[in-house]
Amino acid sequence: MPLPPREARTNVDVERLKRLHATMLRVRASEAALAKLFADGEIPGFIHLSLGQEAVAAGVCGALDARDTLATTHRGHGHVIARGMDLDDFFKELMGRAGGKCGGRSGSMHVADMSLGILGANGIVGASVPLALGSAIAHQTRKTGGLAVAFFGDGAMAEGGLHEALNMAALWKLPLLLVCENNGWSEFSPTERQFRGTLEGLAKAFGITHRRVDGNDVEATVAAADEAVAHARTAGPYILECMTARVRGHYEGDAQKYRDSAELQGLGAKDPIARCAGRLSDIGVDETELDEMASSVEAAVVAAVGAARADALPDFDAAFADVYTRGEAR
Amino acid sequence: MADSRYVRAINSALADAMAADPSVIVMGEDIAEAGGSFKATRGLLEKFGPERVRDTPISELGITGAAVGAALTGLKPVVEIMFMDFVTLAMDAIVNQAAKVRFMFGGQASVPMVVRLPHGGGLNAGPQHSQCLEAWFAHVPGLKVVCPATVADAYALTLAAIADPDPVIVVENKALYGMAGDLPDIVAPARIGEARIAREGRDVTLVTYGASLFTCEKAAAALEGQGVSAEIVDLRSLQPWDKAAVLGSVSRTHRAVVVHEAVRAFGVGAEIAATISEEGFDDLDAPVMRVGAPFMPVPFARSLESRYIPDAAAVIDAVRKTLA
Repeated sequence: MPLPPREARTNVDVERLKRLHATMLRVRASEAALAKLFADGEIPGFIHLSLGQEAVAAGVCGALDARDTLATTHRGHGHVIARGMDLDDFFKELMGRAGGKCGGRSGSMHVADMSLGILGANGIVGASVPLALGSAIAHQTRKTGGLAVAFFGDGAMAEGGLHEALNMAALWKLPLLLVCENNGWSEFSPTERQFRGTLEGLAKAFGITHRRVDGNDVEATVAAADEAVAHARTAGPYILECMTARVRGHYEGDAQKYRDSAELQGLGAKDPIARCAGRLSDIGVDETELDEMASSVEAAVVAAVGAARADALPDFDAAFADVYTRGEAR
Repeated sequence: MADSRYVRAINSALADAMAADPSVIVMGEDIAEAGGSFKATRGLLEKFGPERVRDTPISELGITGAAVGAALTGLKPVVEIMFMDFVTLAMDAIVNQAAKVRFMFGGQASVPMVVRLPHGGGLNAGPQHSQCLEAWFAHVPGLKVVCPATVADAYALTLAAIADPDPVIVVENKALYGMAGDLPDIVAPARIGEARIAREGRDVTLVTYGASLFTCEKAAAALEGQGVSAEIVDLRSLQPWDKAAVLGSVSRTHRAVVVHEAVRAFGVGAEIAATISEEGFDDLDAPVMRVGAPFMPVPFARSLESRYIPDAAAVIDAVRKTLA
């Protein structure tokens, strides 16, 4: 189905859409590189990729400003990259190097960049929500003008911490934007088998504004995020439910035998990057420009991986010294 | 020097910290309008307003998790959990989040937050309102744990905890809240990790903290009448704990008994006894003894609870064993 003209859809201009496209490409290229590094044994542990969910990261982070803070999930690479994390800092961290932003102690699941207001990815499902709630309390109390964003997955809808946070956010009209990346999967189980309610229903119960958006359409997502941010900044909490699709398994190495092949085959048509490229080309952006964007992002990722490989391994004593601020570990 | 009470000393410390630093806030259930279940936060709402003194819903995980996020966004939150027993609901926020952030983030941020946890029996509050769970927190790298026993320490350690850049668990014994004592006009600042010799003695060292200090003082007074001179080390801080003070005392007395209200098995006393054995073995004339609660939940009935909480007789008995 041909896309309607840009003017009829959102007020997102072409330059902004190109920037969002570039951000998605940056996330995609990083995630693809990570998949290979993991398969080759260059990254140990567990990694959870956001391939196919890039529009949520780009769209939401594209609506924030420098005052804002965010807390994210185990599937958080896209959010930190879209927020602007330096790729060298990122890849060194994920590859367990001394120069990683977190000194090689966080890896994928806890990666954080406080200089960008990123309060970390998180290994605990739903834990981003109370953290962002508290960050919103600080924005309100300190009158920073900023807001806090909690990214969470649909799997977190069953966590009590979310329900507690919705209540407090509504009670205190906090500048909190709750972004659910609803990919339909709670780890290895379909969410419909795990959660009896809906996020919309939860929002209604607490009197919080809720909006559902096609999270694989970056243009629609950023337009919805603009509205959500404007609301949350002054009028209290807002829930943005971004409908998306998880392309990879829960973690890398998960063969996804529990997913049906028709669902997996249908993912291509939903690809947010292909859709955005199609949209850009429809509105007259030259294909060579899009190709250049892709190759420049690829080159940046290759360079970051190279820099990470060349970097030193972390120092044990330096890690030990960071258990406490003044190095008082016992 | 003013007469005060333990709970008023905590209240003064909170008020003084909030007056000195606008980033200090307090949050908890019924702490604002009602002034707290034990009145530790009485009057703060009137002084500092509802944004800095937040009555929260009964949501221990949400409150404590929020404190971590607030601490990462420029505030110094002090959370009151009404009874230490309820902290089980907030363990993710404390153990997986607060304790690990500084380490996980490679030193990019500290988490300056305080969680106040009233522990201990003596109120016949039963199995879910009386526990002493401090050993759990002392076991988690990244957390600090203090437990003031005196009125002056209730003030000084609360202030020190709020000033500390890292998450500090302040364990307060509920039975002490009403205890009167002296609060000097100018209280010397406490250093977390520094113990205090509460009583000097020659024959045995009693290592203790919190309300058990008074059990030890009672035992020491009785022992003195029997010709045994007991030194008492009030730890004040459990993580880090003052190893030098304990080992120094044991090097003079050559005997040690560790005393706490918490269950003896796998407790703070086990860590201290093991350390004395490892590092002070040559100074010892007898095995290190431990006095703590039996391995059972805190019972409700007055007759049961009074037998459950270690008393001076139990301390005297343990001291006698080190002298045998």
